[in-house]
Amino acid sequence: METEETKYELRLYVAGKTVKSVTALSNLERYCEEHLKGQYKIEVIDLLLQPQLAEGDQIFAIPTLVRKVPEPIRKIIGDLSNEEKVLVGLNIRPVSIDI
Amino acid sequence: MTKDYIKENIKYNQPQLPKTLTGITGLDEITEGGIPKGRPTLVCGEAGCGKTLLSLEFIVRGAIEFDEPGVFMAFEEKTEELAMNVASLGFDLNSLQAENKLKLDYVHIDRSEIEETGEYDLEGLFIRLGYAIDSIGAKRVVLDTIESLFAGLTNQGILRAELRRLFNWLKVKGVTTIITGERGEGPSFTRQGLEEYVSDCVILLDHRVVNQISTRRLRILKYRGSVHGTNEYPFLIDEDGISVLPVTSLKLEKEVSTERISSGIPALDKMLEGKGFFKGSSVLVSGTAGTGKTSIAACFANETCNQKKRCLYFAFEESPKQIIRNMQSINVNLQKQVDEGLLQFHAMRPTLHGLEQHLVAMYKIIKNFKPTVVVLDPITNLVTVGSVSEVKAMLIRLIDFLLDEQITVMFTALTLNNVVTEQTDEGVSSLVDTWLLVRDIEFNGERNRGIYIMKSRGMKHSNQVREFVITDKGIDIVDVFLGPDGVLTGSAREAQKLQEQTGEVIRKNSVSLKDREIGRKRKILESKIAGLQSEFESAEDELNKIYVEEELIKKVAEENRQKMIMMRRGENASENKNEK
Repeated sequence: METEETKYELRLYVAGKTVKSVTALSNLERYCEEHLKGQYKIEVIDLLLQPQLAEGDQIFAIPTLVRKVPEPIRKIIGDLSNEEKVLVGLNIRPVSIDI
Repeated sequence: MTKDYIKENIKYNQPQLPKTLTGITGLDEITEGGIPKGRPTLVCGEAGCGKTLLSLEFIVRGAIEFDEPGVFMAFEEKTEELAMNVASLGFDLNSLQAENKLKLDYVHIDRSEIEETGEYDLEGLFIRLGYAIDSIGAKRVVLDTIESLFAGLTNQGILRAELRRLFNWLKVKGVTTIITGERGEGPSFTRQGLEEYVSDCVILLDHRVVNQISTRRLRILKYRGSVHGTNEYPFLIDEDGISVLPVTSLKLEKEVSTERISSGIPALDKMLEGKGFFKGSSVLVSGTAGTGKTSIAACFANETCNQKKRCLYFAFEESPKQIIRNMQSINVNLQKQVDEGLLQFHAMRPTLHGLEQHLVAMYKIIKNFKPTVVVLDPITNLVTVGSVSEVKAMLIRLIDFLLDEQITVMFTALTLNNVVTEQTDEGVSSLVDTWLLVRDIEFNGERNRGIYIMKSRGMKHSNQVREFVITDKGIDIVDVFLGPDGVLTGSAREAQKLQEQTGEVIRKNSVSLKDREIGRKRKILESKIAGLQSEFESAEDELNKIYVEEELIKKVAEENRQKMIMMRRGENASENKNEK
């Protein structure tokens, strides 16, 4: 279970509490609860507070969701309103079928 | 020009558009003070025309020379690659980064890693840029090449809106920005039409290949609110970075000098009022093949060095060693001058670069060496890399530049042996101040050289055709013999001279004969006079002798008569005495 819990490490970059950021976060939380219950970790980084972190993950668009684990790194930009795209992008669908 | 411009503005009391010096050689001249301060400037051009280098040099020069830190945001090359690429130009990006004068930021955009869903904006980019600017207090920003965003992202609507916001944001930030853009097909200057966002200053770079020779050119397409040069200016990328050459100065307001500079050939100086060329003038030596143009040029160079002045020799035909060896044969030791550092050779094939590039290269070398005299030998070869009118345009620029710097220049040019020998192929004859023409004189089965001064502005020069003689002692110019058959040169002149000498000898001989005759006559006369003299003396002696004899006879007779008287009287001698 220990490994399962950290199966998905997600990082969401936002810039303040904009509409897009809030939408993105709520969307993300919803998808994760639905499909990855207990297997994910979400870290929200506000670039207005920590601008130096933008360079490390090559962030240029806001909001950006970065899948740190599992490799390879995937990025999804936008407010994550399209569930299908997000799940495919995070490679969640095939994994959940395997389980 | 810049000064004039500022002056004019002061005159009309107009606020001047604030500008930022780029520090790039020549670019600040044609933009009259740099690119607009605190505004974005677009640099566009095809691949490989030097956009990245130009923008990077802008940042580096700003950091080093103007104490204005800069941010370089690269979308195409990684920072390590960039640093390595420009290390060859002497830019040490890593140490500048360590000193907080420069910040490189590589924005990696890979479509395969990115999924787009829903609304987003480029705030992340703004934050990164803003953070980079604030962390070093940057005044200059480069975005190279922002169009990569279009390749990485699909939502063009968002991109365009965000770019517009980005440029406005940069303006608000007050940073001077260069945005590079790849030249697109069709009428637009960049693929994504960036020029519609950046409307203050657009610089177009171009890399053209004509006749297999490439030339880089730069043109300021637009510069809102400022006067700027509108021509295409060639530029060069070399070990010192970019140099742009603002080649055509429109004004003819040059300082002139009345100082003279010797040509190195005394007889030629004599033809030029006995003083030589004007300092800072241009001299053209033209002639057919093998007439000694290079020799004249070498003499001039040698003389300049003898005066302890510097001379630059651009050779387009021979290698320096060849010239030095060949000139040794006419007793001109150029090696010595080279060793002393007074003479510098630059030999290059004309096909090495394009004309403009040649010009920029020469310009740079001249700026570095600061010579008094420049020799170009020969300019004719330049035609192989450009058309006649291009060569002429280039030479006008070169002459302009040299006159500005008060440098005397000597060109040599080959004229073809055709009817129009009065005009060089390059048509520069109208540009030069002094024009020497060396030509063949074919006569009597031999070929000799004649030299004359076609023109020499501002002096009373000789109008005579002289014979130009190259011997192992050097160059000399001798009077030609004007005989009844016309101009005599070479051996004909020598023969004429000999003939004159013969006449002289004969005349001398006859004179001495007559002298001796007179001498002899005088001797005869003198001996005659001596004879007469002795005759006269003997006659005189004779006369004297008779006279004395008579006297003696007279005396003796008297004595005898006295004795007789005494004897007759019978007196003795003593009585005689007493009587007495």
